[in-house]
Amino acid sequence: MAYEVVLVDTWVSMFGMRVRIALAEKGIKYEYKEEDLCNKSKLLLKINPIYKKIPVLIHNGKPVCESLIIVQYIDEVWNDRSPLMPSDPYPRACARFWADFVDKRVYDVAKKVWTTKGEEQEAAKKEFIETLQILERQLGDHPYFGGERFGFVDLSLITFYSWFYAYETFGNFSIEAECPKIIAWAKRCLQKDSVANTLPDQKKVYEYVVQMRKRFGVE
Amino acid sequence: MEELKLLGAWPSVYCYRVIWALKLKGVKYEYVEEDLSNKSDHLLQYNPVHKKVPVLVHHGKPVAETSVILEYIEEIWPQNPLLPNDPFEKALARFWTKFEEDKSPAFFAFFRGVGEEQEKATKEAKQLLKIIEDHGLGEKKFFGGNKIGLVDLAFGWLSAWLEVMEEVVGIKLMEANSFPRLEAWNKSFKEDPMIKENLPDRDEMLPYFKSLREKLIASATT
Repeated sequence: MAYEVVLVDTWVSMFGMRVRIALAEKGIKYEYKEEDLCNKSKLLLKINPIYKKIPVLIHNGKPVCESLIIVQYIDEVWNDRSPLMPSDPYPRACARFWADFVDKRVYDVAKKVWTTKGEEQEAAKKEFIETLQILERQLGDHPYFGGERFGFVDLSLITFYSWFYAYETFGNFSIEAECPKIIAWAKRCLQKDSVANTLPDQKKVYEYVVQMRKRFGVE
Repeated sequence: MEELKLLGAWPSVYCYRVIWALKLKGVKYEYVEEDLSNKSDHLLQYNPVHKKVPVLVHHGKPVAETSVILEYIEEIWPQNPLLPNDPFEKALARFWTKFEEDKSPAFFAFFRGVGEEQEKATKEAKQLLKIIEDHGLGEKKFFGGNKIGLVDLAFGWLSAWLEVMEEVVGIKLMEANSFPRLEAWNKSFKEDPMIKENLPDRDEMLPYFKSLREKLIASATT
């Protein structure tokens, strides 16, 4: 059976998870293709020749790249159900700002937490916590970043939760101790089927990171 | 007149992108020049997270980050659209805007580099220009198709700014023979009346960028 929607992704990618949550929120059936990033397929090189990265969504044969761009595309095409973005321009601008903040600030510093040691790692941990604390302040007393409903910013950040155990173990710190509101928010998001069914087990991600550290020669 | 203010700093390319969008849509605004070495209370209040320009303040509500500002402008003032209607074409435009943002450090490395590092940065910058020309622009007159769009604004710095950077560094990146389509785009872009009237003055930019490169080189060696 030919699917009109195909997702090229890898199970452990927090960027790919964003797209899977969006597709689940909208109830879209799709074909999933797992990529081995150490041995990229001809398909991936064809559909994303510029970055050669996942995730890539192929809809009716046309590829869309970059996770937050894909999520906005999904929201615009399947606009008859479960909106992911606010409907008014100013809240939409705020949502884009904070999702952009997550993209710019969380990934790189979090990666340093598990790929570095000593002083560099300490500095990365400090910056990671400060970044989550900024997000905590933005969350305030709302249940979600989207206000009363799970939305674009929640989706952009929650996928990092599956990597928290790995960050905590290699960084030797507790995210809950430093940012309890973020953990409470994450557990709230996990009550949603789309999130719970998408996020891989934290221990499985940890095992993957153990392998990656060996490959990067961090040990 | 809607209460609209733009906090900017000359000759920031990011600020010019917002200026171009507003001018192309015929939207009136008040421009406030910020001194980035002595940031105003307003700037810190309106953009406490990044403390950067540009910031658009509409009816007292601030919008920060250039790409976010441009999408906001597009939604509030839909006349002379800068983004396609079709979701796939829109996704492509967003892709190229993000590409420009991701890759601009490479051009910055070209600007501030010396010696071997400079050679490496020059090579990488030329490879990026090739990708931009072949895949981004293709055979189109503008990145946006027949008329200027958000992607043209994103690459707008390839016009007035790159020439000045090249002159200061003493290396030509975007040679007309090597990048004929980008060269043609450059001409068309600068000919648009709204762009032409809103480009920073070359004679003012030259000493500014010369001094900036000297400072960057000095701080790299200390």
